[in-house]
Amino acid sequence: MIDPLETCDRLVELVGDRGEAEAACSTGRSALTRFANSSIHQNVAEDFVWARVRVSVGGRQASAGTDRPDAGGLERLVDRTLAAAAMRAVDPEWPGLAPPAPAPEVTSYDEATHLADPALRAQVVREFVDAGPGLRGAGFCDSNGSSSAFANSAGQRLRGRSSSATVEAIHRTERSDGRGWQSSSRLSDIDGAAAGRTAAEKARRGDDLLELEPGRYEVVLEPSCLANMLEFLRDGFNARAHEEGRSFVELGEPQLDPAITLWDDATDPRAISRGFDAEGTPKRRVDLVTGGVPVALTHDRKTAKKAGTESTGHGFGGDGGGIATNLFVAPGAQSPEELVASVERGLLVTEFWYVRILDPKTQVVTGLTRNGTFLIEGGRVVGGVPNLRFTQSYVDALRPGNVLGVGDDARLFDGTYHVPTLRLAAWNFTGGAKG
Amino acid sequence: MFEFAEAAVQGALDAGATYADARAMVTGSEGLGARNGVLERLSQNESAGVGVRALIGSSWGFFATPDPSVAAAATAAGREAAAIAKASAVVAGPPVELADVGVAQAHWDSGWEEHPFEVPLSERGDLLVAVTATMKAVPGVGVASGHMHAWDTEKWFVSSQGHRISQHLVECGTSIEATAVGEAETQRRSYGGIGGRWGTRGYELVRDADLAGNAQRVGEEAVELLSADECPSGVTDLILGREQLALQIHESVGHAIELDRILGWEAAFAGTSFLDLAELGRFRYGSELMNITADATLPGALGSFGYDDEGTPAQRVDIVKDGIWVGVLSGRDSAQVAGLPPGGMVRGDGWNRLPMVRMTNVGLVPGNSSLEEMIAATDDGVYMETNRSWSIDDKRLNFQFGCERGHEVKQGKLGRLLRNPTYTGITPQFWASLDMLGGPDEWMFWGTPNCGKGQPQQFGHTGHPSVPGRFRGVRVGVRST
Repeated sequence: MIDPLETCDRLVELVGDRGEAEAACSTGRSALTRFANSSIHQNVAEDFVWARVRVSVGGRQASAGTDRPDAGGLERLVDRTLAAAAMRAVDPEWPGLAPPAPAPEVTSYDEATHLADPALRAQVVREFVDAGPGLRGAGFCDSNGSSSAFANSAGQRLRGRSSSATVEAIHRTERSDGRGWQSSSRLSDIDGAAAGRTAAEKARRGDDLLELEPGRYEVVLEPSCLANMLEFLRDGFNARAHEEGRSFVELGEPQLDPAITLWDDATDPRAISRGFDAEGTPKRRVDLVTGGVPVALTHDRKTAKKAGTESTGHGFGGDGGGIATNLFVAPGAQSPEELVASVERGLLVTEFWYVRILDPKTQVVTGLTRNGTFLIEGGRVVGGVPNLRFTQSYVDALRPGNVLGVGDDARLFDGTYHVPTLRLAAWNFTGGAKG
Repeated sequence: MFEFAEAAVQGALDAGATYADARAMVTGSEGLGARNGVLERLSQNESAGVGVRALIGSSWGFFATPDPSVAAAATAAGREAAAIAKASAVVAGPPVELADVGVAQAHWDSGWEEHPFEVPLSERGDLLVAVTATMKAVPGVGVASGHMHAWDTEKWFVSSQGHRISQHLVECGTSIEATAVGEAETQRRSYGGIGGRWGTRGYELVRDADLAGNAQRVGEEAVELLSADECPSGVTDLILGREQLALQIHESVGHAIELDRILGWEAAFAGTSFLDLAELGRFRYGSELMNITADATLPGALGSFGYDDEGTPAQRVDIVKDGIWVGVLSGRDSAQVAGLPPGGMVRGDGWNRLPMVRMTNVGLVPGNSSLEEMIAATDDGVYMETNRSWSIDDKRLNFQFGCERGHEVKQGKLGRLLRNPTYTGITPQFWASLDMLGGPDEWMFWGTPNCGKGQPQQFGHTGHPSVPGRFRGVRVGVRST
């Protein structure tokens, strides 16, 4: 077995006095059981190992990676990285290596999940499928675990472990799909039957499709929709995008509704993470939006140096700037049912799909609803509607006055976003299945 | 490397697989990126491993291990794959059967004039530094970037039916892009194609692209867009540049004709298809000008290969003929379910991914017009080129695309420049409105190196021969407010 920290140490040693070096290594297993038409059809697993080194020779940098960290593989890796660095110009903004500092203890690791038998995932699938009798189930259950390490020639040495498990699937009628999902660092937390019941209920409730003209509607967005919004909005907090004028963020300005408070925190026990970033900077909580006001950006070492501040621990080991990886939106006090009950006429949306951005500064996107879109009238769901296309600015949707309610149901989605249901004043639907 | 693939197959058979195959692979890749006249990214990766696929009952079991050079590890991977397939019996379906294909023992390589790894890094880096400096020097350009990527892939395929195939592919791609930053928005102009120029070719692809000859224009056009008029909203005639039409083919034809989607195997993620197999041979996909093929044999195109990852030879398949849907993209298992001949269109994204149905080179057969003639024949319309955003529903029916640059077309001439041009439509209605199509002189191979599909997600390399086309009565200028 390869020890990730020993591999990192070896890489740093191989670079020696030829330059500054930082090394990362990870080993683990990823497994995923996939089903469609209510039976498992693709069942996969892989053992993986990778190692990466970044060198800086007098400010000339290069990086390279391999999944062959045998002795010869590491030497080849170092030699070709140094050769590549030699051809680069000196980067006057090279921030140097992360100094030695302890990383917080992150608890998102479960060995049973890391080593889970395929029978355990198959059982989750069985429960999901059984929760929708007469329906067609499709989706996946996965389990993953990894052990990773970081070392650099400045003396920083860190280890981390993480695991994750998810069931994410749909039940299908002839005309309608409904989705259910659960995500955790432990496979034993995953309740396939509960996810299956949610999906089946949505599929059946949406089977009686109502016609609806595109237009502006009040919406209740389930957590996965907000997760999708954050996937785009978080780029605006990247200090690099901000510095280049490609960000919507104006620090200190009340750009968003006071109900929106957003932070990034890999150290939260609900997060799936490890205690340090790809540059070896320890993770910590970073408040990004407080009461609708953007208050901070995410930095790697390079953008931090340029801005005269410290890295926030969001580096990826390149020049892309800092990206948030463990986002939390503060929950509200209303249940999802109460949010729906407060809508006179609007739409309840389960999921966004195929969202693409036109301009990062305006955050105008287009995408579609999927796996459960319902018409609300008089505070109750009266039926499903076909999937709708929207063309909408994600920032405008959250402007002051537009957030009418925040749910108390925040939970983890996609291992990255801990988010609640939102009730928003308006959403611009621009088309449907007929155009 | 054949011996390790053979060991993996034997391990799976010994553990109860009724069929097994394995791919040992070694891939090298290099990526270079420059920004504002500085070489910013230079990454190199080496990857090697073996992935083995075992069939038991109704499910594939797949296991991959990164050490392809130890026979015992490969044998163990085969046993793991069979154990995983067996576990699937808890939620079983109809048994999987494979359509017959010839058993090949062969070698194929893609050919190249100049291997990209043999071109000095300094030469490649200097080119990107120079072109991004040229773009950045244009007043108003905020960010200028340029990229190159190259892959060298060797693979050795063995099946329990006797296949023994080795292949060597070299692929290459490049792009440049300028972003102009305005008060309220940004505008982007790029060159290369769909996120770049891509092909199963060597460095000659980069030389042919002439980045240096296009950098100044790209920078100027990005800035020019900031002060252009907004694309008007309405229904009008739409002329699409060939690189935009290539992505239109990818999204609204290529994915819709994937047999695994049609059969519901991708329902929860990539989605299904609006196409119904019962309509194959009868359904009108588009106008009579619409002829689409899936051709994995086109030299130099990004979706070309000798054999797919099930050992089926590359082939040319009619997909749409005179506007009628006549073909699908398939593999041995999906073709058997549908009662169709296997198309040889199954590929995996590396040694550690289960091969699945992927596009080859799905593209248009040229017509007999030209972009110039289309503009001259249009009284009132919009011309759009170069993709900026793309979105389509899970049945591949309702799409909306944004392009980088548009022009009004009035009385047969290009008029004022338009920014933020978008168009939307429903797939068969849109293709039915095709009434002019570029000819052989404008036929060009485009490609996408990042086609996402599957869980765990895989990124496929697909090719798309295309020409310009005119579509009548299309909704353009979709707004957010």
